[in-house]
Amino acid sequence: MRVVVDFDLCESNALCMAAAPEVFEVRDDDYLYVLQEEPPEELRPKVEEAARRCPKQAITIEG
Amino acid sequence: MAGRSIVVVGASLAGFRAAEELRARGHDGPITVVGDEPHRPYDRPPLSKQVLAGTQPPEALALTPAEGSVEDLDLDWRLGTTASALDLEHREVVLGGGERLPFDGLVVATGARARQLPGTDHLSTVHTLRTIDDCLALRKALESGPSRVVVVGAGFIGAEVAATCRGLGLEVSLVEALPVPLERGLGPTMGAVMADLHRDHGVDLRLGVGVVRVEGGDHVEAVRLTDGTVLDTEVVVVGIGVTPNTEWLEGSGLPLDNGVVCDATCRVAPGVVACGDVAPWPNRRFDQMMRVEHWDNAVEMGAHAARTLLADLDGRAGEPYAPVPWFWSDQYDRKIQLAGLAGPDDEVQVVAGSVDERRFVAMYGRGGRLVGVLGMSMPAKVMRWRAMVEQGTAYDEALATARAGS
Repeated sequence: MRVVVDFDLCESNALCMAAAPEVFEVRDDDYLYVLQEEPPEELRPKVEEAARRCPKQAITIEG
Repeated sequence: MAGRSIVVVGASLAGFRAAEELRARGHDGPITVVGDEPHRPYDRPPLSKQVLAGTQPPEALALTPAEGSVEDLDLDWRLGTTASALDLEHREVVLGGGERLPFDGLVVATGARARQLPGTDHLSTVHTLRTIDDCLALRKALESGPSRVVVVGAGFIGAEVAATCRGLGLEVSLVEALPVPLERGLGPTMGAVMADLHRDHGVDLRLGVGVVRVEGGDHVEAVRLTDGTVLDTEVVVVGIGVTPNTEWLEGSGLPLDNGVVCDATCRVAPGVVACGDVAPWPNRRFDQMMRVEHWDNAVEMGAHAARTLLADLDGRAGEPYAPVPWFWSDQYDRKIQLAGLAGPDDEVQVVAGSVDERRFVAMYGRGGRLVGVLGMSMPAKVMRWRAMVEQGTAYDEALATARAGS
């Protein structure tokens, strides 16, 4: 599984961080950092939730 | 569960996320999605912002699943089609044309519609904003270069439309019957901050006054206010709340009270669930009935209702749906976010940043407990401190933690 964020769309709403803190972190500079671009399979449900809850649909999952 | 058919009424965000979750959880029977608009499910928040401003094409609003394409979901679409009744005994949804759709499981996601200002039906340039078509009609009116736009109602839709219109260089009067904008959503203290934000950007705020009537023949000419003021204008936008779409369920036997009343798991009746704007339910986290009109709730409640429905069809109980509600609103260059609840009677304190700089976080306390975290353009802190709402942290402790950490 590969996590792709479209940073042109990302508005740092930070819902992804609430859903999958192992993968997404919005830091105090209010920018999103992807901590793991290829997270382990057991995080898939959380990453899917992050993608679903992103108000900008900026997160896609490949593979 | 093979072969069982599920009907989703409402081609909405909640309905779409429900259908997506049904597939994600392995439902392989037919899913029919009924929607009264001619469009496939789309994202509504940009309708008061980017699409209204003309910076995002409406085609970009189509909702897509978290993985794969919409086609992969294998949904049977009935668009431009109204559901007119529910026959619970025969387990059929009756469509506007009389056709009957049988179902084993039903998801009610019919949402809500914008309330109209009484006595304005004959005026073509009194707008509400709920659908793509509403948005395009309003955009056309704005493009005609009105001398002023009068926005009636300073809730989130009204406040966002006012901000977008100012961004387009239009004169805006924002009329609100309550003393401050967003009072119901954010309470009086933070509502006053929102009033200042709009004043910063040159909005003519008319607070604590109502509308007597909108004047004009075919088109709007003026809005007369309860304080005697007459605002000359060609375009009026009304954002005074919504009404849940439950008329089609009257007489069906489903419990209706400010929407379709769900239990704590989003279940309404055997094999029937509801989600989104139309669906009040008891949120156990806060021990209260809620009907939440926010985007994130449509997403999460849609998925949750789908899981409850599959459990119910298998004779199992669903899990309680007990979220910390979350919403955002973009106005001017500010991002307003609230995690949790914020009511007019709550205690509220700023814990980070500065109200004067329009960049801060405030915390809401109720009964000694932290219930809400509001941020203006500080998204990381809102989301980090949301966890304290989730944990039911004592208000004093939350304030101290936040202040130590900022």
